[in-house]
Amino acid sequence: MIPDLIESILKILFIFGVNIGFFSPILGWVERKQSALMQDRVGANRADIFGFTIIGLFHPIADAIKVLTKEDFIPDGADRLIHTIAPFVSLTPAIIAFAVIPFGGQYELFGHKVNLIIADLDVGILFIFAFASLGSFGAVLGGWASNNNWSFLGGLRASAQMLSYEVVMGLNIIGVIMVYGTLRLSEIGAMQVDLFDWGIFLQPVGFVLFFTCAIAENKRAPFDVAEAESELVAGYFTEYSGLKFVMFWMGEFLEIVTISALVTTMFFGAWHLPFVSDKMLVDFFLGFAGDNGATILAMVVNIITFFAKVVFFIWLQMTIRWTLPRFRYDQVMRLGWKMFLPIALINIFITGLVLLVK
Amino acid sequence: MSDSAKDLHSEHMVINMGPSHPVTHGTVKFLLTLEGETIVDMKVDIGYLHRGFEKMCENGTWEQVMPYTDRLNYVSPLINNVGYALAVEKLIDIDVPERCKYIRVIASELARISDHYTNIAASGLELGAFTAFLYFVEARELIWDLIEMMCGARVTSNYVRIGGIKNDLPDGFKTKARESFKRCRQLWADVDKLLTKNRIFIDRVRDVGIMPPDEAIAWGFTGPCLRACGIPYDVRKFHPYLVYDQMDFEVPVGAKGDNFDRYLVRMEEINQSMRIVEQAMEKIPSGPINVDMPEYRWQSKDDIGNRIESLIFHFKTVIEGIKPPKGEIYSAVEGANGELGFYLVSDGSGKPYKCRVRPPCFPLTAAMPRMVKGGFIADIVPTFDMINMIGGECDR
Repeated sequence: MIPDLIESILKILFIFGVNIGFFSPILGWVERKQSALMQDRVGANRADIFGFTIIGLFHPIADAIKVLTKEDFIPDGADRLIHTIAPFVSLTPAIIAFAVIPFGGQYELFGHKVNLIIADLDVGILFIFAFASLGSFGAVLGGWASNNNWSFLGGLRASAQMLSYEVVMGLNIIGVIMVYGTLRLSEIGAMQVDLFDWGIFLQPVGFVLFFTCAIAENKRAPFDVAEAESELVAGYFTEYSGLKFVMFWMGEFLEIVTISALVTTMFFGAWHLPFVSDKMLVDFFLGFAGDNGATILAMVVNIITFFAKVVFFIWLQMTIRWTLPRFRYDQVMRLGWKMFLPIALINIFITGLVLLVK
Repeated sequence: MSDSAKDLHSEHMVINMGPSHPVTHGTVKFLLTLEGETIVDMKVDIGYLHRGFEKMCENGTWEQVMPYTDRLNYVSPLINNVGYALAVEKLIDIDVPERCKYIRVIASELARISDHYTNIAASGLELGAFTAFLYFVEARELIWDLIEMMCGARVTSNYVRIGGIKNDLPDGFKTKARESFKRCRQLWADVDKLLTKNRIFIDRVRDVGIMPPDEAIAWGFTGPCLRACGIPYDVRKFHPYLVYDQMDFEVPVGAKGDNFDRYLVRMEEINQSMRIVEQAMEKIPSGPINVDMPEYRWQSKDDIGNRIESLIFHFKTVIEGIKPPKGEIYSAVEGANGELGFYLVSDGSGKPYKCRVRPPCFPLTAAMPRMVKGGFIADIVPTFDMINMIGGECDR
């Protein structure tokens, strides 16, 4: 009982620390630096402490201080309550979703079973979808409650876009579920030991579609029609400032992490290294680290592998974001319903056919 | 539509786009009537950058107008300088020396290149292609370095003078220009890859903001926007001024008159302008850069210090201004946006009686509602970018 509790608390602290403490502040910096790299610029390097800038890493701190001291502005005629709730509605699901994503396998440590997932739900994927959909309420409520026409248009666009892409995303997941035969993300991860069992090889079309839809669902460029700064000023968060604005912003960044983690889990072998099974890892470390030591080392390697893959997909999303121009609203919808939906359906059909023949 | 949908109370949304809106740079206001995302009606409201240019001109001498022209189209001020100088020279009937003409051509074309860079870069930026923006900003920076080398300023150039130019090309300009163009061409190729074949970009600009050729003429379109409709009207070809008739360059034309054609025309014009600059730098003769007419153009400082006639003329032209003969004149040059015309009236005094500018982007801005009505809000972005409305020039 007590070890279970300690294990859970440690896992929650770990994920919370990685997401809120590391990824969400650092991604702002990464985005600046990466865009700068792609555009022949230097990027953020002004914030300094006693003359030390450490390649602009003080910027997240400077941003945090700036944001915390900003006026919390609510426009006239806005619905104060809903206007305040909206950013929370947007951020919370992004934090929660990570609870069902495994960041490592299952290990036996000091006679205690460790499962590196906060909540090993047997409907893990559905749980993520449920919470991702809740996130869209934040955009809609924020847009509606601001009493601003631009916010309103942005909120409408956001809701329509997220609804449409959720459908396609859901259909893509069906292909994965059919192949692995489970909704439990830890099991899906555990099945991808062999490189050719990775989702990318079993569901290549599904991967491309899922990744694209996930970016669209997260409303980042090229699908950022809901905030399209040149058309709608800033879309649904036009009237937000200070910490509430940052909550939308953090929600977006955490969703990048969640999407990357999900793609890694379902399509890129989760915590497995290619050609190296967990058993091989443990055997390798057994030579010099002892029983528990080997398990711990293998666990660390798995966690690092997992997050390395996550970082890769974050990088990929950033690159896409800084390369492509923005779609038009109707083109986004057409792409979702007329292109992705039929392809996803055909994908399911072919997957079924292959499974049947096998 | 079902009956219940008909019974629903609905009304159009009237919304102010601008004057402080990310897309209405150059400061303009669109009063939009929307049905959902579709634009039902649009009214353009200009004048936010009106500074009374034409009235200011009447209160200064003919020479003093020159810095004001920098602030017309502030992205390509050198063309405005050249346009105004040519108009006054036509009024007086001056023929500037050959070397001066070549330098003016080089200056105009550099300005045109930087204008097109800015325009395409900004369009990319507003369509979300931030990387393309910065690539072209780097290229524009190189061109601005050249302009700075030439006249000492980057934006407010004030380079051309009536009857000549401020100074000759500096040493090493030719080499520097060659090096810069090399890098500019690389950047051009990069942006070409990022935008011209980019499906998303094409979807955003193709078949958007279409203007049929006959209507374009009726609205008074000129420049890249008219050429995009397939009409090869270019002042440089149809009414050659300076030494454009001796230059080998082509006038790109579009087929449909949509935003994609406007984009392509501008991209190609960058190349053609580079060709012109390179030819001009090859052919440029040596010789004086100013006319030898002391009543209109200052003599050299050396002469002013040593020759009494030069000193008197200098004194007279600075205090009273040069005095063109009575008369009126219209003279046009090919600005980066289209035909930039100056209509000047002289009453024989040292100040212009009237200095009217025909801004190329005024008719283009006026045609905005015609081009976007029935489209989406998002279509305003590329259309307004591609007509390249410059507040300083449109409102004056």
